[in-house]
Amino acid sequence: MPVYRIEIHPRQSSDDAAGAAALAEIRQFGMAEVHDVRTAGVFLLQAADDLLPAAQVRRIAHELLADPLTERPVFGYEPPGAGRLIEVHLKPGVMDPVAASTQIAIADLLNLPATRDQPPVQVRTGRRYVLCGHLTADAAGLLARRLLANDSIENVHFEPFVPAEFPQGRPYEFRRVEVPIRGCTDEQLQTLSRTGHLFLDLAELRAIQNYFHTLGREPTDVELETFAQTWSEHCVHKTLKARLEFSHGGGEAAPAGSPPPVEIIDNLVKQTIFRATQELSLPWTLSVFVDNAGVIAFDENHAVCMKVETHNRPSAIEPYGGAATGIGGCIRDVLGTGRGARPIACTDVFCFANPDTPVEQLPPGVIHPRRIAHRVVAGVRDYGNRMGIATVNGAVYFDPRYIGNPLVFCGTVGLLPRSLAAKGSARPGDRIILMGGRTGRDGIHGATFSSGVVTDKHAEEFSHAVQIGNAITQKQMLDVILQARDHPTGPLFNALTDCGAGGLSSAVGEMGEKTGASVELDRVPLKYRGLSYGEIWISEAQERMVLAVDPQRAPTLLELAAAEDVEATDVGVFDGSGRLTLRYQGQIVADLDMQFLHEGLPRPTRRAVWTPPVRHEPAVTAPDDFAATLGALLALPTIASKHWIIRQYDHEVQAGTVIKPLVGPAGDGPGDATVLAPVAGSSRGLVLGVGCQPRCGDIDPYQMALHSMDEALRNVVCVGGNPTQTALLDNFCWPKCTDPRHLGALVRACQACYDGAKAFGTPFISGKDSLANEFVTAGGQRISIPYTLLISALSIIDDFSHAITMDAKQPGDHLLLVGGTGPEMGGSYYGALQGRLGCDVPPVNLTTAPQVHRAVAGLIGQGLVRSAHDLSEGGLAVALAEMLFAGRLGATVDLAAVPGAPPASGSAGVRPALPDHILLFCETPSRYLLEVTAGRLDAVVRALRGVSFGILGRLTEKPQLMVRSAHRGYLMNEPIDTLFHAWHTPLNW
Amino acid sequence: MNASSAIRVLLLRVAGTNCDRELARAFELAGAGVVTLHINRLLADPGQLAGYHIFAIPGGFSYGDDISSGKILANQLIHHLGVSLRRWTQDGKLILGICNGFQALVKAGLLPGSMPQLPQADRQPVTLTHNRQERFEDRWIRLRSYSRICPWIPAGETLQLPVAHGEGRFVVRDAAVLEALRQNDQIVFRYVTGEGQAAVNFPENPNGSVDAIAGICDGTGRVLGMMPHPERFVVPHQHPAWTRASKLPPPDGLALFENAVRFVRAQMTVTIGATASTAEVTARRGCSENI
Repeated sequence: MPVYRIEIHPRQSSDDAAGAAALAEIRQFGMAEVHDVRTAGVFLLQAADDLLPAAQVRRIAHELLADPLTERPVFGYEPPGAGRLIEVHLKPGVMDPVAASTQIAIADLLNLPATRDQPPVQVRTGRRYVLCGHLTADAAGLLARRLLANDSIENVHFEPFVPAEFPQGRPYEFRRVEVPIRGCTDEQLQTLSRTGHLFLDLAELRAIQNYFHTLGREPTDVELETFAQTWSEHCVHKTLKARLEFSHGGGEAAPAGSPPPVEIIDNLVKQTIFRATQELSLPWTLSVFVDNAGVIAFDENHAVCMKVETHNRPSAIEPYGGAATGIGGCIRDVLGTGRGARPIACTDVFCFANPDTPVEQLPPGVIHPRRIAHRVVAGVRDYGNRMGIATVNGAVYFDPRYIGNPLVFCGTVGLLPRSLAAKGSARPGDRIILMGGRTGRDGIHGATFSSGVVTDKHAEEFSHAVQIGNAITQKQMLDVILQARDHPTGPLFNALTDCGAGGLSSAVGEMGEKTGASVELDRVPLKYRGLSYGEIWISEAQERMVLAVDPQRAPTLLELAAAEDVEATDVGVFDGSGRLTLRYQGQIVADLDMQFLHEGLPRPTRRAVWTPPVRHEPAVTAPDDFAATLGALLALPTIASKHWIIRQYDHEVQAGTVIKPLVGPAGDGPGDATVLAPVAGSSRGLVLGVGCQPRCGDIDPYQMALHSMDEALRNVVCVGGNPTQTALLDNFCWPKCTDPRHLGALVRACQACYDGAKAFGTPFISGKDSLANEFVTAGGQRISIPYTLLISALSIIDDFSHAITMDAKQPGDHLLLVGGTGPEMGGSYYGALQGRLGCDVPPVNLTTAPQVHRAVAGLIGQGLVRSAHDLSEGGLAVALAEMLFAGRLGATVDLAAVPGAPPASGSAGVRPALPDHILLFCETPSRYLLEVTAGRLDAVVRALRGVSFGILGRLTEKPQLMVRSAHRGYLMNEPIDTLFHAWHTPLNW
Repeated sequence: MNASSAIRVLLLRVAGTNCDRELARAFELAGAGVVTLHINRLLADPGQLAGYHIFAIPGGFSYGDDISSGKILANQLIHHLGVSLRRWTQDGKLILGICNGFQALVKAGLLPGSMPQLPQADRQPVTLTHNRQERFEDRWIRLRSYSRICPWIPAGETLQLPVAHGEGRFVVRDAAVLEALRQNDQIVFRYVTGEGQAAVNFPENPNGSVDAIAGICDGTGRVLGMMPHPERFVVPHQHPAWTRASKLPPPDGLALFENAVRFVRAQMTVTIGATASTAEVTARRGCSENI
């Protein structure tokens, strides 16, 4: 069949958006010799000879592919002239949503009958770049590989690409493969695990070997894969559930010479995070740690759920696809919670290396952090926006150690009827319905891949782990699933789950744990031919869900899906056998006992050690220039404005965002948290906040965890959230926990989660961990990420018309600092400016902190506060500056009014005489800056009895920040505009 | 919805539509009854259109905006609903396209529609393309209404609404097209500065649209397309700075829907077709029960 080529060129260079963007990136890359980039889209069409006469090709180009005003089609190709031509085409088999849509549109345009399997005209798409300037072939090649294409999913051509024929994929010839393991030595088992990318350890391999000894046969390849998927760290979180021998040695407390005490922890997560939730036993936690997402009550009729996932590895290799499929998977988790939740909001938190990292300092095999940031944001944007889910909250942290291992946290919040909040269960006899996208080789080995350490070779070795999403396929599936849930005759399915990591293997394996399942793998619809039964079983192709459907109701569900062009296929039955049976063309290719699959995983004992660092606090000196220091803090990328990211997300779709992420009269102030009105017509609001403080984890992971929790809580309280109705989610991203020190740090963080949750009265409802975040460079250098715990908070506000924002409102109003300030500077960003980490992390006081949060929430709830902002990175100075420039007002404040931290013991209220730089820049947790109108000051002061607070000063019309020293004179008198500029520009990409 | 509502809105849903629920709510708050119909159901029987007064295409990413925004949906409208929709406008009924719906109406040639100054065959003299700043942008902007022929909004109003799009830059083929739009009073909305002047620069003009054009109508005024989202400002707390105000701001977007309902009610002498089919009733029930 002939292949036709059409190029779509911008009519004017000013219309060449992609060209301008590429040029900007090339310039950043340091190639000044390129002075222009011209781009064009490439469409390759293949059809039977007689189907596409030239007139029809012209029609397709003019009526469908090219915009009549801004674009012009070229048939064949336009000579590149003096420039260098680079073409980027997707590798065969990689998801190409544009091609898929174009195929359907062409059939529509030409009025040709089309089926999904056989579009009359097949389409592939590519991009063409012409780089103008003096550029060697080598330099062009480098640019192509580093900036214009991603080798893991795309091919680069330096000439116009017109294949003789589209690759079709070789047909698959069925052959049942057995893997002899019964006679293997330990060494052979480990080799098998490595070469097969199974990531199973020796104890696990032996358990599997024993199982097949008992059965008296060898396993098939797909049986081994099933174990690898089901037992992967990603799927079962074996580290958090392992038996631990925890020794916390060293430090000042341990007497010299004595061995450190050893504590046995039978199941870390159960004994800390779950336990806090159980002991708190709050009536509004409806479904916790059992489903895809945690569920809490919202009102009498509704529940809300939330899930936060990481997608770090895929994002390191292909940031756009990795981030997009990260958010896509999290959305499916929420859709698959209870008996179906409607996703209403997304959150995103990223950790990147410094965007200004010099290119020459980049380890081989690593994408530049600035490019990762661009592509990750684009991925989240394109998926979330297309799905029509508001991305409303997030944060970005920068640290050099995220260089090879960026972190991408994606969260999704859902709304569901309270009556459907409990996790559904498949019943014996239920059909297994696979819905949504088709299955291809995408993402094979994603679950096991995420459980290993990344090396510079990973990009190559695991390119098949990369997934590209198609948000529209998922939106269509979502539309159908919610209609099926709300069917007039009741939900059309008994249970549903996402086909995420581990693909069908995990989804069917989990759903059928109690019933057993029998699957006909050759019924699974494929994107292209050539997949083996094993690949079908473990493929992590996106946009798929598995539903358990009563056989009587299956036809109704299938019709509903067909009516909206959503593919749904009956692939088997939850058969009540207690076994997992897989067949291909009628032959059994796997036959496993569900109980062994789910409970046979040996529980290892792991060693965990925590040694507190030796205490040595460097002197943190006062700055020469307070205003300049504040400007420098505001310009740190972690603190600087994230508007460039936030505005690319549709944070208002579904029309429920009543407190938006950017606030103030000009919509450029950094809001602390967002408030949603998820139920139209109801005044009840849902508050979303996050906390993450990786910096102090280097000193004390216990305090790091408490700081993250305290920050998340402060954020929700600042907008009016109720701290006694706040649920938390934990996401641990840790270096590899086979190292006992890292595991010890994790134990400390988990213990803090327990202590904090109990003290704050905030249960954990869901969590996820990613425990192998290390990058090994070509030179063998191991770069471990900082201990990173993201806390997401989900809170309720009874009436969102009581919500407030952080922007200063009214000249003359008083500024109050609530919560005491301590002398500790460890882990502060002020220290970071001086290149010092320090050793004393300001502790979260678990007695007073909950009182402070509740007191502030009480004031806001009574309508006594006009604005509230939390003190976090950069301390009081940064919080003040942000509040003022967000509201375009000034203030005069007096540091002598800063209240001291409550004394640790007895000696009532002696205020430490702290130097000004500590009062301004220290990061003592549990502190708030409040704006209170003069007429309400007395009421506020009365209500704050028993809580440390001070009246710092007043807001002024004149937009200057004037700070008076606690000791003598003024420290700064800085125009608000200067501070705003320092904060607004660094990430204004 | 209130099934007995006299004013009936048909809201089109396709793969990738995602502002349908808030648009339905906006019409309902204005007193209309809304049926949301998947395009497959409408194409199966285009005659259903006869039972409605207002046809609305919500925002979203129809078919992923693959190829270009709204293009594939436009293709469907031309080839499968062209005749029905032309008859629809001749019957004095209303059409609204917001954001992606606007893009589809433009690319289908329904907006600006035939203009006496241009040749009959000139189907698409304007387009909506990539924002000047090269990226998707969600922000609140200020709008002013100018047209005296558009029943959706009288001239001279100032509104605040959000935009949220990546391809919203309004472009005309040449100066003659722009002049014709002005002469025919088809420019309904312009982005304006705080002082009420047509906005030239980002961010007041959020995408670089020519002549700050944010919305246009056809020659009758009854077909309206706009990039900003009026359905996202139908209750006061949707405004981005309500926490600063001593009095809650009036929801500017709601006025459009109320105007449309009032207009249709005034035109009610026109006989409208029979009751909804069974399929529509089912779709309607599904819609209102989804939460």
